[in-house]
Amino acid sequence: MIRDITIGQYYQTDSVLHRLDPRTKLMGTLVFIVSMFLADSWIGYAVSAAYLAMIIRLSHVPVGFIVRGLKAVMILLLISVSFNLFLTAGEHEILSFWIIHITWEGVQQAVFMAVRLIFLIMGSSLMTLTTTPNQLTDGLETGLGWMKKIHVPVHEISMMMSIALRFIPILVDETDKIMKAQMARGADFESGNLIERAKALVPILVPLFVSSVRRATDLAMAMEARCYHGGENRTRMKPLRYAGRDRLGYLVMAVYLGLMIALRSLL
Amino acid sequence: MAIELKKVSYIYGAGTPMEVRALDQVSLTIPDGQFIGLIGHTGSGKSTLIQHLNGLIKATEGDILYNGRSIYSEGFSMKELRSKVGLVFQYPEHQLFETDVFTDICFGPKNLGLDEETICARAREALDLVGMDSSYDKASPFELSGGQKRRVAIAGVLAMKPEVLILDEPTAGLDPRGRDEILDQVARLHREQGITVVLVSHSMEDVAKYVDRIIVMNHGKAVFDGIPKEVFKHYKELEQIGLAAPQVTYIVHRLREQGFPISDDITTVEEAREAILEGIRKKR
Ligand SMILES: Nc1ncnc2c1ncn2[C@@H]1O[C@H](COP(=O)(O)OP(=O)(O)O)[C@@H](O)[C@H]1O
Ligand SMILES: [Mg+2]
Repeated sequence: MIRDITIGQYYQTDSVLHRLDPRTKLMGTLVFIVSMFLADSWIGYAVSAAYLAMIIRLSHVPVGFIVRGLKAVMILLLISVSFNLFLTAGEHEILSFWIIHITWEGVQQAVFMAVRLIFLIMGSSLMTLTTTPNQLTDGLETGLGWMKKIHVPVHEISMMMSIALRFIPILVDETDKIMKAQMARGADFESGNLIERAKALVPILVPLFVSSVRRATDLAMAMEARCYHGGENRTRMKPLRYAGRDRLGYLVMAVYLGLMIALRSLL
Repeated sequence: MAIELKKVSYIYGAGTPMEVRALDQVSLTIPDGQFIGLIGHTGSGKSTLIQHLNGLIKATEGDILYNGRSIYSEGFSMKELRSKVGLVFQYPEHQLFETDVFTDICFGPKNLGLDEETICARAREALDLVGMDSSYDKASPFELSGGQKRRVAIAGVLAMKPEVLILDEPTAGLDPRGRDEILDQVARLHREQGITVVLVSHSMEDVAKYVDRIIVMNHGKAVFDGIPKEVFKHYKELEQIGLAAPQVTYIVHRLREQGFPISDDITTVEEAREAILEGIRKKR
């Protein structure tokens, strides 16, 4: 049940995208997000769609796997679509009933919104699908290294992030196990009203919380035992280095962003 | 009153690149009153198998019958099955959540919808069965020692009065004394309450002393199934799948190779001692 969530998951395979430097991919994600806010016409969305399709193709991740990740945000998607559909004022009314007014502008707005959200989620999940959590935080730490000059604790933040990411699958596993164990003792999570269901979560949340604290202290102890003391003077086993494909990646991004800006100002 | 598995297969993450075939066409019958040891190397599918027995995971293929009726059939009550087939997970102390020991034990019977009086009676009885007297009732489960926590967690399942008790590696992470205490208590439960017990372990040494029957798992298949003496005769094959017969088996076989008169179906240290003394007397 919980295992269906694919957002933030890594998909093990070999592709150009997997081999790309994490900094390049981070920049690429940022560029894609910005471009989605630049798009305001059908042509703009068509260009983004083509760009996204090309990247998905390059990533060797099955489309079905990426689409499955959308299920988790379905509710969010539905809410924003219905807001746009019902609450957009416009001239061309196509349906009017009691307090519900659907306009042509509303439909267009809703479709754009849905496409934008879906693209954003697919685009950013491609980042995590092709980058291991370790690479991701390495990329963040190196890419944002300049912020150390203004006393932002970049290393500490990225260490916290990588530990948090590392713990997600462990906690998912743990939740699954605890749920099953309580079900074996007759617990029922699926029936009853809202309050009863919320109460039924206590036997899961308490052990989960206790085990998280236990794991955290164990990890802290293990790190300390190996003399870990923050970012100062730490060297890396695998320093990040740009390769030819990264330069090509940046070039592709620049062309795409330029095109999107051009489309917005011209149309 | 039996659990019957018919060609049960289970695949984790079917349809994803991480597909794992954890069970492969397992067929077996668990009759009433038996004490069964389920043995296998880590990852051989033991935990997956036992989670099928109370319907926590649904077989990808195959069928499971409880008292002759398929547990996947329309209208079969999983809740009732779970009260009849008690499953104690690995590291069960990680499921404790209440503020005191007694209330935690009450969780299972409460879920069965029993009345207050019966719940309390059952909780008390279960705690007695695992040797925790009433001085611990008001203690927080998080303050107990490792072995005590585990006993409380086992009591939590016993309070549901299951007919079949399944324990997944109940001795993992305990010291030798804690291990013997738990195993002795389980053996006593089996003897005195007459319940069916399935004991999961990766150590032959642990179970040889207690069980009537051993099922050996390897790569999701049940490869050996029989009384301990019979299974241990395959000690060479057992070694190949990363298991070892109890140490006495090796001594007995070495003695036989040297021409010492001793039977090859000895499984415990006590039996071996008797047989060796007997052999020495005969030789004189
Ligand atoms: N929740 C899970 N998701 C995916 N694979 C799993 C899961 N649980 C177990 N497996 C896999 O199934 C196989 C059998 O595991 P398990 O039944 O836990 O073995 P055992 O209890 O004998 O150590 C192993 O290869 C394991 O990696
Ligand atoms: Mg196991």
